[in-house]
Amino acid sequence: MQSSDVLAERGSTFPAGIEVERHHDPDSGADTMTINMGPSHPSTHGVLRLVLELDGENVVRCTPHIGYLHTGIEKTMENLSYYKALVLTDREDYLSNLCNNLAYSLAVEQLVDVVIPEKSQVLRVLLNELERIASHMLWLGTHALDIGAMSVFFYTWQDRDLILEIKEHMSGVRTKTSWICPGGLRGDMPSGWYERVESFLNQFPKRMEMYEGLLSNNPIWLERTRGVGVLTPQEALDAGLTGPSLRASGVAFDLRKSNPYSGYEQYEFDIAVGQYGDVLDRYRVRMEELRQSYAICRQAMKRALAMPGAPVRTNDRKIAPPPKAELDTSMEALIHHFKLFTEGYHPPVGEALGSVEGPRGEKAYYVISDGSNRPYRVRIKGPSFYNLQALPKMCEGRLVADVVAMIGSIDIVLGDIDR
Amino acid sequence: MGLETDQPFLTVSMNKVVNWARKNSLWPATFGLACCAIEMMASTDSRYDLARFGSEAFRASPRQADLMIVSGRVCKKMAPVLRQVYDQMPDPKWVIAMGDCASNGGVFNNYAVVQGVDQIVPVDIYVPGCPPSPDALIHAIMQLQEKIDQERFSQRY
Amino acid sequence: MVDADVRLGLSGSDLAIRDKTFHSALTMTPGTLEAVAHRFLDSIAESGLQGTVTDFQDCNGIPSFTVGAAHVESWLKVAKDHCGYDLLSDCFGVDRLAFKAAHRFEVVYSLYSIEKADRVIVRAALQFGEVCPTASAIYPASVWPEREIYDMFGVEFSGHPDLRRILMPDDWVGHPLRKDFPLGGEEVEFSHNVREQEAK
Repeated sequence: MQSSDVLAERGSTFPAGIEVERHHDPDSGADTMTINMGPSHPSTHGVLRLVLELDGENVVRCTPHIGYLHTGIEKTMENLSYYKALVLTDREDYLSNLCNNLAYSLAVEQLVDVVIPEKSQVLRVLLNELERIASHMLWLGTHALDIGAMSVFFYTWQDRDLILEIKEHMSGVRTKTSWICPGGLRGDMPSGWYERVESFLNQFPKRMEMYEGLLSNNPIWLERTRGVGVLTPQEALDAGLTGPSLRASGVAFDLRKSNPYSGYEQYEFDIAVGQYGDVLDRYRVRMEELRQSYAICRQAMKRALAMPGAPVRTNDRKIAPPPKAELDTSMEALIHHFKLFTEGYHPPVGEALGSVEGPRGEKAYYVISDGSNRPYRVRIKGPSFYNLQALPKMCEGRLVADVVAMIGSIDIVLGDIDR
Repeated sequence: MGLETDQPFLTVSMNKVVNWARKNSLWPATFGLACCAIEMMASTDSRYDLARFGSEAFRASPRQADLMIVSGRVCKKMAPVLRQVYDQMPDPKWVIAMGDCASNGGVFNNYAVVQGVDQIVPVDIYVPGCPPSPDALIHAIMQLQEKIDQERFSQRY
Repeated sequence: MVDADVRLGLSGSDLAIRDKTFHSALTMTPGTLEAVAHRFLDSIAESGLQGTVTDFQDCNGIPSFTVGAAHVESWLKVAKDHCGYDLLSDCFGVDRLAFKAAHRFEVVYSLYSIEKADRVIVRAALQFGEVCPTASAIYPASVWPEREIYDMFGVEFSGHPDLRRILMPDDWVGHPLRKDFPLGGEEVEFSHNVREQEAK
């Protein structure tokens, strides 16, 4: 008998969609119950919906339902010029905007075949690593909050807000800056920007120590994470995992090392690889990544400061707008500016893949050009889309209370999954 | 409001006291959708501290909430869910459409996105921005408090 | 690497072991387009599949091979078993309507080899209504992306374990990423011809 029938006898019903279904298997004698988690649930990191079949407190089957945030970004990008489509890349994986900008820009730059100046490469690396720190800070806060450690959230958001203020100083917007664009960067950094980054970096190692102190040896934290949600390397590869979640399973795959872009081969850093592939290892890998990102930021800062006044945008006026000051004096610059923002450029027919190591894994944009001023097809590879595929495998046989720990550990962003 | 000189109590109009209670304990439902949800979370953090205005208690259950902050784009698959969450909230209830997407579809004028959440639920305050900064959200909540102050409480029960 | 005790949560893994988990990987250099393409084609020839490729493309440094739907499964098998392309980097559909090509849809499998750090693309060319064999037995990661292609392009996959819509609601009519599906949305005032203007 379904619980809704019981309620109907009492003269009341649940609203549609939240009834609890019970199943009895006469052969095995097992009683299971199907419950619905999400899409409006505080611990699913967005609008993820999980249908869980439970035997007591054990998860028998977990079926993710996605698409509650499907925005049609790929289709919309096909209807915008290359330069305008850039702003949509900020809005799909909304926690790693600059990484998305970079992946899209790399793809478009291959199509139009443009070389960008050295300083913009350095600043791209710096911005990407700051973005990684900001994203991991959000992950750390919400992941700890899901497991029950409230105070971590308040500390990590302080650091995240500092990075958002760095971005605001640069562009005037806290999150969606579109600062990395095909052809380089939108502009050079304003005065005082490097000092702000410097002061953030100066206090960051101390903060990391504090986070480690809050969690790494916390017995509750260890109990909730150790041995939970284990993925073997083969299982992880089969599910298509990338990024820290794959590395935690022991596969050393990082695009910054294996296929360096934007000059990552010139920086000294390690990649963190786990051993056991459980939630604790994913936590440890990300914590180590934060330290490595800090080291890369320091190196990039040194390089950027050694190049004052160097250009950050290509000189090709067909791809990037001319400097604002030129518009007042040069007719040609005005025409270029007008043409770029109305019609845009026409890359030759071809296909290109731009892929970067985002905070969640391999972020790739596959752009197909048919020779017009708008991309014929843009495919966004969201790492979370693949990472989430591993969730049913992790959940099965585990306790329902651990499901939120596993969701947090693969660090999904629904905008990245549904696009 | 009047102070009775020889008695230990105040007299005040019912409207005023009910609205005073309602506006200073607006409990939002945790209804994060997209990018704006991140800024909504930022508004509760230690730097912006929405708790100063009585709205820090985000309730996971719509049954305990009286403010829905629609933070992000509402897709056609999500629209029935949103409406159901709104229906589950007890009266009186208010809605803030946070960000351009929730207000009018924003940059996503396409097949998948509802062009403004006001097509599904009645909206009290629209917050512009993509995404609005936490200050803008706090400002919107204060505007809503002013709006509640001017309502007749008997119209919302 | 992962022992059964850890899987069961019994865990003898203490923190001392875990401190040694980090190591530095050397920067790798992926092979050139020709080297990667030749190595892949050699393995294909060994498996007796030469002559099944219908088109070769240079996707800005990534070799791309187009094959008919009948052969895509065996190509992917060779790629995984003999060439070490162990990661399905991405799988997506393309609608070639405007290209006036001989085929309508493409199912693109972008494969990555972690050991050699190079990529190769295998794509199945499909006529309208043609069914593509699923790759989920070879690359289990393709279960969801193939569902997405079914949802967005209406391409059906034979042998797929769970072919349902994934992003759109179940009762949705149409396949949004097809080129003959309109972008939709509402008309904004004074912008009735903006989309045509921008297309010029």
